[in-house]
Amino acid sequence: MSSRSPVPSPARRLDSMDYSVLQQCMHCGMCLPDCPTYQETGKERNSPRGRIALMRGIADGDLDLTSSFGDEMYYCLGCLACVTACPAGVDYPKLFEAARADIEDAQVLKGQRKFWRWLAVKTIFMRPRLLRMIGRGIRFYQWSGFDRLARRLKLTILLPKRLRALEPTTPRVRSKFSNQLIDAWERPQGEMRFKVGMLTGCVQDLAFSNVNRDTVDALLVNGCAVYTPPVQNCCGSLHAHNGELDLARSLARRQLDAFDLNQLDAIISNAGGCGSHLKHYGDLLENDPVYAERAKEWDRKCKDIHEWLVEIDFRAPTSSFPDKESITYHDSCHLCHGQKVFRQPRELLRKIPGLNLVDLPEASWCCGSAGIYNITQPEQAEKLQRRKMENIARTGCTNVATANPGCHLQLENGFKLTGENGSVYHPVSLLAEAYRNEK
Amino acid sequence: MLDRLGDLIGADHVLTEKEDILPYGFDGTAALKQLPAAVLLPGSTEEVAGIVKLAKEAGVALVGRGSGTGLAGGSVPSAGCWVLCLLRLNQILEVDTENLTLLAEAGVITRDINKRLESEGLFYPPDPSSQKISTIGGNVANNSGGLRGLKYGVTRDYVMGMEVVLANGEIIWLGNKCVKDVAGYSLKDLFIGSEGTLGIIAKVLLKLLPVPEARRTLTATFDRLEGAAETVSAIIKAKIIPCTLEFLDQKTLRCVEDYAKVGLPTDAESFLLMETDGPAAVVDLEAGKMKAIAEEHGALEVKVAGDAMEADNLASARRTAFSALARIMPTTILEDITVPRSELAAMVRYVQEVADELNLEVANFGHMGDGNLHPTFLTNEKDEEEMERVEKAMELIFKRTAEVGGTLTGEHGVGLAKKPFLSGQFQDHSFELLKQVKKTMDPEGRLNPGKIFDL
Repeated sequence: MSSRSPVPSPARRLDSMDYSVLQQCMHCGMCLPDCPTYQETGKERNSPRGRIALMRGIADGDLDLTSSFGDEMYYCLGCLACVTACPAGVDYPKLFEAARADIEDAQVLKGQRKFWRWLAVKTIFMRPRLLRMIGRGIRFYQWSGFDRLARRLKLTILLPKRLRALEPTTPRVRSKFSNQLIDAWERPQGEMRFKVGMLTGCVQDLAFSNVNRDTVDALLVNGCAVYTPPVQNCCGSLHAHNGELDLARSLARRQLDAFDLNQLDAIISNAGGCGSHLKHYGDLLENDPVYAERAKEWDRKCKDIHEWLVEIDFRAPTSSFPDKESITYHDSCHLCHGQKVFRQPRELLRKIPGLNLVDLPEASWCCGSAGIYNITQPEQAEKLQRRKMENIARTGCTNVATANPGCHLQLENGFKLTGENGSVYHPVSLLAEAYRNEK
Repeated sequence: MLDRLGDLIGADHVLTEKEDILPYGFDGTAALKQLPAAVLLPGSTEEVAGIVKLAKEAGVALVGRGSGTGLAGGSVPSAGCWVLCLLRLNQILEVDTENLTLLAEAGVITRDINKRLESEGLFYPPDPSSQKISTIGGNVANNSGGLRGLKYGVTRDYVMGMEVVLANGEIIWLGNKCVKDVAGYSLKDLFIGSEGTLGIIAKVLLKLLPVPEARRTLTATFDRLEGAAETVSAIIKAKIIPCTLEFLDQKTLRCVEDYAKVGLPTDAESFLLMETDGPAAVVDLEAGKMKAIAEEHGALEVKVAGDAMEADNLASARRTAFSALARIMPTTILEDITVPRSELAAMVRYVQEVADELNLEVANFGHMGDGNLHPTFLTNEKDEEEMERVEKAMELIFKRTAEVGGTLTGEHGVGLAKKPFLSGQFQDHSFELLKQVKKTMDPEGRLNPGKIFDL
């Protein structure tokens, strides 16, 4: 971590940012116990207040925008546990995104990452149809049995090293994507109480399209008419967290164009990571003359599914749950820290008859998925994954609920890693199943 | 020299890159920072002693540090120094349930001590607001207080022994598990509250107490700022010693509630958080009397916390007060004055008068049962003119504090922040005596130079 290179490109976002955002950190240290990377290393630079001190150093001209700083900002999980811990109310997401954007502009980080970033952030996740096409390719590879054959014949050796390590952890792609499971407009059987828009996500659409179907089912039972555009763009969370704020803005505008806010009471997201970003379009587009106002309205209407269901006082299912008596719940960081939706998923699970919710120790400690962190920082990600699996083992439950596709995959792979025979569910899938069992 | 330090403690534990050391340039104190030359993270007392010897050879100063949560700049580096960060000394070495003691390395997090003791039915009473991150070594070096100081006292009252590395690199042990010990001077007491200027504390032997049978938490709201102070004085006068009597003014209440959302009454002018613990019958009796006294002194509402969780949430919320105040202004200049409890109401009023006169924004909270107040000026370090007025306000408040027989710091220490004012409190030969102690223990001025006073 010691290579340093002076860079010509200035840190224009950190330099020009309203200084009070940096100054808001009064370095009391209350964030330290909750920061997974600081707890791992015990070094201040790996802590929220340490990172903010580095950013402030750059803004003050005391520090160059170095590769070491770049490494540090990508070592941060972006889990936002520090935001929950911070009594002073520091806007860490704003600082974090600005720092990463400056790092990308200055191009201080070297290696193969340039190609992969181009491929993933700038290409695939900008084009929803291309993403689905790739999804189909992966599905063919997995369901034809070619994946097992390739592994047996050691053909995966042809893959770059990092991809090779990841190949077995690739999500199982579903046979049908959300647009094949959900009609553009679906109306409840009984009284229509609300009209809502439904976001199907990217990974959720490929790997967990069933969760999207379940979400719509739960909404229908509770009197919501649901509008689901068949082709949807990435929300831009991946881009904003990886220093591509302009692309994130462009995706946000496309999202705003896809929904008529005047017609809808709420926009529903069921993925913690997406939701946390989706609710901040107002900040992202605050200087956009055309979209600024609509973005603010969007923020007001954008709801996490659990949050929305509790808000409209969802109906408790009457059927009992025969086969999954005990379950524990893992908080997606961006759901609990990013959106402060902590109580609602638990409330939802408790209302399902026959389901016994067991408290998970360190429930809101990051599982290591953290967007694409498990790809960029596999070592630290696995440490966190193991810690999470140990905590799950302590509950005695083999069923875990979580509400973010990244966490979902990380926990499924965690069960594979430990050899436990466990299952992972989205809370809303359990609710939808309970409703279905009523019939 | 860096190579030799690396050989001694491992190259990974010697930090010199700017990105590594810049975040050690400050502690929890506003507006103070200084880059050190290196940060060292030793893993044993012997390594600490080795570092002290190398520092002597190199003629470099050493500044001790735990988690860096200090509020008087005590662990802010001096120019060119090595920061000696003791966080890797993080083992609880022994819990002795026969003698009711616990032996811990200096870098153990204070809260972890009580977590370890939960299953034993014992506890370590001092609970500074930073307990979830501060280290026990840092607590001892600053003689930290906390929310329970009124009944249980402060860190000093629980330190039975310690291992210290002296300025010459010698490792010594002071104290023992005996309840009584009058052999020689009580040298351990010199190191408690010495702010790292006399030696490096590496291990501490702590006294433990049995967990009380019951406890009860009450809150009271007042429509006058002095209501809380008068109630506290009356409770003490009624010969009740509860474990906690915490005061928050309206500004502090609003900031804390904004963060913690525990249902604090944000329209009250002042607020008291009271807790009594002990045998169940006594707790009942005391809680009843405290409620009556608060009502006699004009409390608008007195509430009893429903269960332990509600009580814990209230105490946790109170612990965020100082940090939460940054919601109003980014620079929070925190005071730590302590006055005889009979002077409380007048002092609270005086702080407000000074702030009004100098056109400053002040919030006030504190451990009122101890007479310990934390008036906090809410300002911006970038505004030099206002910072000068803050300085002036501090001078006035310290002057009045000395006049009524108080002290300028009850639990945070002198460090750098209170250094200019210390001589005002030591007006006779005692100030010289302080310096003589330092000169005797650390003749070369190696340990945390420039803190508490200038030689």
